[in-house]
Amino acid sequence: MAIVLIDGQEIEIGDDERLNGIQVAARAGVEVPHYCWHPGLSVVASCRMCLVETGKRDADSGEISMLPKLVPGCQTPARDGTVFVTDSEKVRQARAMVEEDLLIRHPVDCPICDKAGECHLQDYHFEHGRPERRADIKPFHSRRRELGETVTLFVDRCVMCTRCVRFTREVSGDAELMVVHRGAHEEIDVFPGFPLENKLSGNVVDLCPVGALGDLDFLYSQRVWFMKQHASVCAGCSTGCSIQVEENQDRIHRLKPRENPHVNQWWMCDEGRYGWKYVHDNARCLAPQQKTEGAWQPLDWSDAPAVLHAALSGENCSPENSPPKNSNPKKRRLAAVLSPFLTVEEAYLLATYIRQYDENAVLALGRIPQAGADESFPNGFTIRAEKCPNRRGVEMLLSALTGDVLSWESFLEQAAETPFDAVWITGGYPPVNGNDGAGEDVASEEEKSLATELPAGLASSTLIVQDLFDSALWRQADIQLPSAAFVERSGSFVNAGNRLQSFEWAIRPPAGVMTEGQLYWRLLDRDGLYNARRVLEDVAREHIAFAAASGEIPATGRDLLLNQLV
Amino acid sequence: MQATDPDIQWVEPPKLGLGERMYLPLFLQGLTTTTKHLVSAKVTVSYPDQEPEIDNPLIYRGVHRLNRDEQGRVKCVACFLCATACPAHCIDILGVESPWEDREKYPESFTIDELRCIFCGMCEQACPVDAIELTSLYNLTGRSREEMIFDKEKLLSVYDATKDKEPMKSAQLPPVTTPSTATPSTATSTSPTEGGA
Ligand code: SF4
Ligand code: SF4
Ligand code: SF4
Ligand code: SF4
Ligand code: FES
Repeated sequence: MAIVLIDGQEIEIGDDERLNGIQVAARAGVEVPHYCWHPGLSVVASCRMCLVETGKRDADSGEISMLPKLVPGCQTPARDGTVFVTDSEKVRQARAMVEEDLLIRHPVDCPICDKAGECHLQDYHFEHGRPERRADIKPFHSRRRELGETVTLFVDRCVMCTRCVRFTREVSGDAELMVVHRGAHEEIDVFPGFPLENKLSGNVVDLCPVGALGDLDFLYSQRVWFMKQHASVCAGCSTGCSIQVEENQDRIHRLKPRENPHVNQWWMCDEGRYGWKYVHDNARCLAPQQKTEGAWQPLDWSDAPAVLHAALSGENCSPENSPPKNSNPKKRRLAAVLSPFLTVEEAYLLATYIRQYDENAVLALGRIPQAGADESFPNGFTIRAEKCPNRRGVEMLLSALTGDVLSWESFLEQAAETPFDAVWITGGYPPVNGNDGAGEDVASEEEKSLATELPAGLASSTLIVQDLFDSALWRQADIQLPSAAFVERSGSFVNAGNRLQSFEWAIRPPAGVMTEGQLYWRLLDRDGLYNARRVLEDVAREHIAFAAASGEIPATGRDLLLNQLV
Repeated sequence: MQATDPDIQWVEPPKLGLGERMYLPLFLQGLTTTTKHLVSAKVTVSYPDQEPEIDNPLIYRGVHRLNRDEQGRVKCVACFLCATACPAHCIDILGVESPWEDREKYPESFTIDELRCIFCGMCEQACPVDAIELTSLYNLTGRSREEMIFDKEKLLSVYDATKDKEPMKSAQLPPVTTPSTATPSTATSTSPTEGGA
């Protein structure tokens, strides 16, 4: 056990932990301001914002000897007996000098700078800078140039921390960004003809401690202080990056990665970052409807339990009386397709509901959208080909409930052999062409055919379809139920690495839409509002595969397999 | 808000003394004020036949205007600080990239709901470029609610109508230097600080 002294506080660190001054100080609750250091990148110690005093405490005599000059905290390892002083006059002066120097060449852009409000230069200046300006410099606005399709550079706002440059070298691996010129004329740039173009490019904007790098997608769409942050999980692929949804009045403005050492570290891919647009698409299905005698009738959500009861059991019941439970005197053959976009909780509730009517109801896994191949980056970040967030979760639930996982294809075959009386199909798939940030056509043949024709074998069943967008299935349904997007749901996804992450809704669904969880909750006659936490407790209690999911789920999620061993 | 909220301050009504309970002293105090005004000079004017005189238009808080810059374009840079400061939430802005070379951001639309406004002047105080100002126009009327939601054009027209009588309050401040226009990649641009340093 090593003991480090921070401003007189003794902090214990593990023997195998390799921490620098900034990190141990953070453990002691002391913030050391820093620009160039980032836990996910190499150390360059170039900004000098993190200067601290350091020294050593002699293990035997307990005597402390300090180094005469300041050292960068980001580059100074903490060992047993290391002493850091972060609040001395000398340190304060050094910080004020760094701030003053940075502001000599800084434009007066805060009012139009997207970073204002979350800018380190602003915050640090407020806290550590000099109260007044000594240099007499005329205010000016920043020059701007585009670095690529996604990112723009406000040249003069840059503080030359080189985080962005190191990111493209060490994490995304394409090394598009570089520093040109020297001394006070240093600038970030790309080589002519080689724009910043990689699938992680949006991360440089988050990395930039100031407003030098701007996200072209987000640019000027909202001031940051108007937005509320909600922890969530990206539904773009089965990596399931931890994200933060930033929203104002139920409108998403941007997604940002949330630190999670087990999944995405500090990053997320552009596909996920810009792939949420479909949530606010006007083409979304918004109205529940039912087909009566061949004509569409609007369906009121309050009548839904009775109508769904009739569709599943084949028996009518008046909307005034709540439908009798477990009654299926006609022994109808039922099936439910659980989409890999459903959360574990929602899939469990739907399965429970269907099985109330038919104990042997067939449960199948929804279609798994695939695009290309898995793509890994030098630091291990992987974008998966499986473009859905919860295949593992639904699979685990299915094998727990049925002992087997019936795929969409086998389900269709089975349906073609002996048609079901009623089938409940859940969707939630992003629109066929819309999930790719670059807007290229990523639809597979299967997706295209699903958009136009109904799979054989389903035509004779009573179809209950719950989806986000119009498709052949949707048009052929007997009951259409609009579905909620991932940011509108609460629940848990299990990613490709068996890590279960829980999240709460970030925005409310558009008018007319009831989230899956709320609908199933109501169908099962549970009291009050849908509570994902309680459902997950039930799942964890009933199914050994989910045993690790009981109790509070940490913000970084829980590994379902690993945690079962301990 | 719950009754246990720490932000709630509970106050007790002050205890009344004997004099206050008898009403008489306060009654006399009130009557004295009334009598004073009965005999002193009149301050009321018979509006609308007679227009009131505004002492200092610079501090009067009437209808808003959006100022124009030297080239006649809206001066506002769409920073949303006025909307942030506004306690009545009556300012609605849509900020986009500006169509001009020398400016980065501008309000594509800018509306103030004058009916909701409480004329506190916080927007004017918050504005970093002195684009929004409250004029001394006080006779604000309209035939419908919609008419009272002033858009950018209307707010600019208020400026045009009042600019001669009430010059821009910041007219004496030095203008911000225009930025060097965006340079193509890695061109040998001179740092804009050189001129000023
Ligand atoms: S980078 Fe920070 S300090 Fe500079 S203009 Fe933007 S918000 Fe202001
Ligand atoms: S652009 Fe931002 S991240 Fe890159 S060096 Fe400049 S300040 Fe750092
Ligand atoms: S005067 Fe006050 S209430 Fe009216 S727009 Fe300005 S800040 Fe809002
Ligand atoms: S504070 Fe001034 S510059 Fe900013 S949005 Fe309001 S009027 Fe425009
Ligand atoms: S953070 Fe240590 S020198 Fe920049």
